[in-house]
Amino acid sequence: MSMVELDTFLDDVRAVARDVAAPAAVAVDAEARFPHEAIDALRECGALGAFVPASHGGAGLPLEVIGQACFELARGCSAVGMVFAMHQIQVASLVGFGVGHAFFDAYLRDLVSEQRLIASVTSEVGVGGDLRRTIAPLSQVDGAMHLEKQAPTVSYGVHADDLLITARRSAEADEADQVLELARSDQSTLEQTSSWDPLGMRGTCSPGFKLIAEIAPDQVVPVAFAEIAPRSMVPCSHLFWGHVWLGIANEAFERAAGFVRGQARSRPGWTPPTAQPLSQLASTLQAMRATLAAATAEYQAMLLEGASTDAATTFAYAIRINSVKVTMSERAAEVCFGALRITGMAGYKNDTPFSIGRQLRDSLSAALMIGNERILATNATLLLVQKST
Amino acid sequence: MQPMIEEIRNVLRDHSGLGSAVDGLADHADLYSAGMTSHASVNVMLGLENQFDIEFPDHLLKRSSFESMAAIRGAIESLAVDLPAT
Repeated sequence: MSMVELDTFLDDVRAVARDVAAPAAVAVDAEARFPHEAIDALRECGALGAFVPASHGGAGLPLEVIGQACFELARGCSAVGMVFAMHQIQVASLVGFGVGHAFFDAYLRDLVSEQRLIASVTSEVGVGGDLRRTIAPLSQVDGAMHLEKQAPTVSYGVHADDLLITARRSAEADEADQVLELARSDQSTLEQTSSWDPLGMRGTCSPGFKLIAEIAPDQVVPVAFAEIAPRSMVPCSHLFWGHVWLGIANEAFERAAGFVRGQARSRPGWTPPTAQPLSQLASTLQAMRATLAAATAEYQAMLLEGASTDAATTFAYAIRINSVKVTMSERAAEVCFGALRITGMAGYKNDTPFSIGRQLRDSLSAALMIGNERILATNATLLLVQKST
Repeated sequence: MQPMIEEIRNVLRDHSGLGSAVDGLADHADLYSAGMTSHASVNVMLGLENQFDIEFPDHLLKRSSFESMAAIRGAIESLAVDLPAT
């Protein structure tokens, strides 16, 4: 692993996106297989530890740079961008709430030196997609913590080195009283319980699993998940995912723009009718960029040294960050669909330089990842008492 | 205004989704751990605003303000202190 530096990190990531992720993207999609080559290339340049602070051997790069990396990777291959984003969401939770505790201090050092990939097991059969409830309890047996959980969706679970899992604190605790714990792959088994042949984001390899894990008590993050979710996991998810969706939309836009330029070159002096819908997509993309940049800067300010994520626990912030998710996910699919309308048959076919099918299918997952209907329902409830946003 | 814990408990009984389980809760018991959802907490806030004829300002609209009956009493009392100044 080479040393990660701020000034070369994004160049390295762009090179991985262009030279490794993009060339494999069609095969990753067609075969619904994990993008090993790109993740290995990211390991080579130390990218998996980019958000770990320097005190723990990492690069300690700012959140906005991690977001930019998600964007760059997703331009080449949506699945690579999403795997990288999901990993960094888990890293952020451990950096925010594990540092200062012996197990997690040592773990973060290992993550950097071994470039370990973390997957998350937050979904569960029976809670209806609610991140903030878990049925499966941690149970203590002879000093070890035991967990069995039925998860309907675990992205790249079998390809990860470690799993970050939500659980009910104990068999006596309420379903909302959750904890987060880390299990190394040699401490857990994943038995696949459903198939994986989805419309898009096929390289994330996200079928259902029955998880069984056996860990030591100090592998439980010492802060309640009720604190971790609003302060770290929810904002990081929406911001990093948002960068992935912007990357997908950007790629679709660039293909459509190339198509329109080709038409224009064929008859100089004539503005092709596709140019105007392209200009509409450009303004949508610009609005997406502005939304994401403002939201990233707001959260980055909370993470700065000496600052606090207390502001992230307010209703006002929950409404804003939820709105970012809804905006980015809906607009990304709009841009991809618009790009298809512009490119016509060239975009509809899967084997032209202007193919939009993969980006369109991938973008449609955005509205489903924590369903926008659920998010809007949450905001609707919060707005019953919230006075300003 | 000195809101009584029992008045808060009455609102919780009606709106927290915990029902009569609130009768056995201590002042500082964590309502979320007891099973109050975020959605129900909004209903509790609306119920409290109605019961005490107040409006919670945005800076109090966060999880920690409503995590226990004692926290709720603190939030309401802070309003009573703030009111003359506004």
